[in-house]
Amino acid sequence: MTASEPARLRPDLALIAAQVPPGARVLDVGCGDGTLMAALRDGRNADVRGLEIDPANVAAAMERGLAVVQGDANRDLADYPAGGFDYAILSQTLQTTERPDRIVDELLRIAPRAFVSFPNFAHWRVRLALMWGGRMPVTRLLPVAWYETPNIHHVTVSDFRDLLRSRGIAVERAWFLSGDRPASDAAASWRAEHAIFLISRK
Amino acid sequence: MATRLQPARHNQLVLDCPLPLDSGAAVASPAIAYEAYGRLNDARDNAILICHALTMDQYVASTHPVTGKPGWWAKVVRPGGVIDTDRYHVICANVIGSCMGSSGPASDDPGSGQPYAMRFPVVTIGDMVRAQAMLLDRLGIARLHAVVGGSMGGMQALAWAAHYPDRVDRALIIASAARHSAQNIAFHEVGRQAIMADPNWRGGDYYASGEPPTKGLAVARMAAHITYLSEAGLTEKFGRQLQDREAKTFGFDADFQVESYLRHQGISFVDRFDANSYLYITRAMDYFDLGDPHGGRLADAFRQSPVRFGLVSFDSDWLYPTAESRRIVQALHAAGAQASFVELSSPFGHDAFLLDSPELWRLISGFIEAGR
Repeated sequence: MTASEPARLRPDLALIAAQVPPGARVLDVGCGDGTLMAALRDGRNADVRGLEIDPANVAAAMERGLAVVQGDANRDLADYPAGGFDYAILSQTLQTTERPDRIVDELLRIAPRAFVSFPNFAHWRVRLALMWGGRMPVTRLLPVAWYETPNIHHVTVSDFRDLLRSRGIAVERAWFLSGDRPASDAAASWRAEHAIFLISRK
Repeated sequence: MATRLQPARHNQLVLDCPLPLDSGAAVASPAIAYEAYGRLNDARDNAILICHALTMDQYVASTHPVTGKPGWWAKVVRPGGVIDTDRYHVICANVIGSCMGSSGPASDDPGSGQPYAMRFPVVTIGDMVRAQAMLLDRLGIARLHAVVGGSMGGMQALAWAAHYPDRVDRALIIASAARHSAQNIAFHEVGRQAIMADPNWRGGDYYASGEPPTKGLAVARMAAHITYLSEAGLTEKFGRQLQDREAKTFGFDADFQVESYLRHQGISFVDRFDANSYLYITRAMDYFDLGDPHGGRLADAFRQSPVRFGLVSFDSDWLYPTAESRRIVQALHAAGAQASFVELSSPFGHDAFLLDSPELWRLISGFIEAGR
C-alpha cells in the first residue's frame, strides 16, 4: 500500500522487509513497537504477529492495530506451534538471549525459514577497541557500556556460521552492512558491522 | 416483586421463543434488558457489544436508574470517546439471571405468577451469550465489529468468539480468564454461604416478605470487594488509619477506615442488587471453563478462529492474574488465531479495568479502530 514505508526502516529491517514474499505468515520475535511489522503488513500484505518483552512497546504496537503478544523469547517461543509461520524474524535480539543456540532451534521449529540479524563483534572497530584500547567496545551498533549492555552473548559472523554448521542449519542467503551500506561477503568477518542471515533446516 | 430494590423501568425486549440453556432447561419467554448508544449504520457493520461484569449492568454509559450515578464506563463510551458513539452503535445487555430487567430469579415465573426465586434454572456464561445473540437477531445485527468485556464481561467476550466466531470481527478481553480457578470458586462460595446463612434468605423465597437477606448479601459483597483490590492499593488508600476518631475504641465498631469503607460497599450494594441474582451469576462464573467441552484443550475452542483477539491483564490483579490471560494467549497461538496481549501496570488490582487508565483506553481505541 505504502511503497515508501520500508525506506524509513532501519537498513537491516528494510532489507528483511524486501525479502519477505507478499502474503507470507511472519512472526517477528522482539518486534519492538512494531515498525517492521507495520511495514510488512502494509507493504507486503503479510499476516504478521509479534512477540515483545517491553510492555510499552507492546502497547504502542497494539495501538497501531498489530497483533503483538507481550512475552520473553527465552521462554515464550515454546508456546508457538510448529510450522505456524512461513518466516520467523529475530533482528538485533540474538545476542541478548539466554541461549542463542536454543532460540535459533525454536525459530526453525516455528517456521521453515528465519531471518536472524546481529551486530558483528568481529567488526574492525570492535577489534581495534579490544586490541589497542584493551576495553570492551562501545560503537554505534553496540552503544552501551559493558556493565549495562543487554548483549550478553556477543557473536561474530564466523561464530554464527559455526553454530549453524554444527546444528545442520543451512544459510540460504546472507547480507552484510557496513555503515548502513552493503559490504562484500569476502571481507564480511571484519568489514561487516551488521549481519543478516536467512537460514533454514537442511 | 417486593425486594428492597427500587422498581425501575428498563428498556427491555421479551423474546417470543424460549431460551435454551446449557443445563438442558429453558427460560420460556425471556426478557432481555439493554441499553444502546449511537446509530447503527446502513451497512450494519458498526455494532459493538459491551459485556458487563458480575455486579454491573447494562447502564454502561447512561445514568443508573437506581443509584442515579453515571454509567460504569461513561468515560469510555461516549460521543468522541474511546468507544466513540458518534461512530459506533454500542449495545450493552443485562445478563440473563441478573436483576436489572433481564429474566432472573426475581422475575415472575409465568407458570405460577410468583417470583422464580431458586426455581429459576441455573444459567451459564454460555447462556448469557446465547441470550445476547438472540437479542441481536431481533435487533437485526448479524455481525459485531467488536465484543468487549472486563472480568465476567471478558468471559462473555471469549464465549462469543468461541461460540459465534462468524459473528464477531474482534474480541477484547480485559482482566479475565477462560475458566474459574479453585480460588475464584472458593471466594464465590463464601459469598453464597453468607447470603444463605442470612435467616431472611428463606431458601430464596424472600420476595414477598419485604425483608431480603441484605446482611448476607452485604457480607458477600464485602468479601468479594477485597478480591477486586490489591494489598498495595488498600495500604495506599487506607493504611491503618482510623475512621473519624483519634484512638482505638477497644470495641467492634468500624475503627479502621478500611472497615468503614467495606461496610459502605456492602450496604450500598444491597440497594441495587438482588441476593438470588448474586447466587445465580456467581454460579455461572464458577461453571465457566471454555476448555472443558474439549477435554481441557482450550485451543480447540478457537481452532482456526477468524476472530482477532486482544487481551489485557493488570500486574496487581490476583483475582484474574496475568497467568490466566497468558494461558488464553497460548491456546490462541496453538489454534492459529490472531492474538495481542499486554500486561499493564497498575496498583489497583482487578478493579483497574474500571478506573481511569489512559494506557488502557489507548489500547482499547487502537484495537477497535485497527483496520477500519
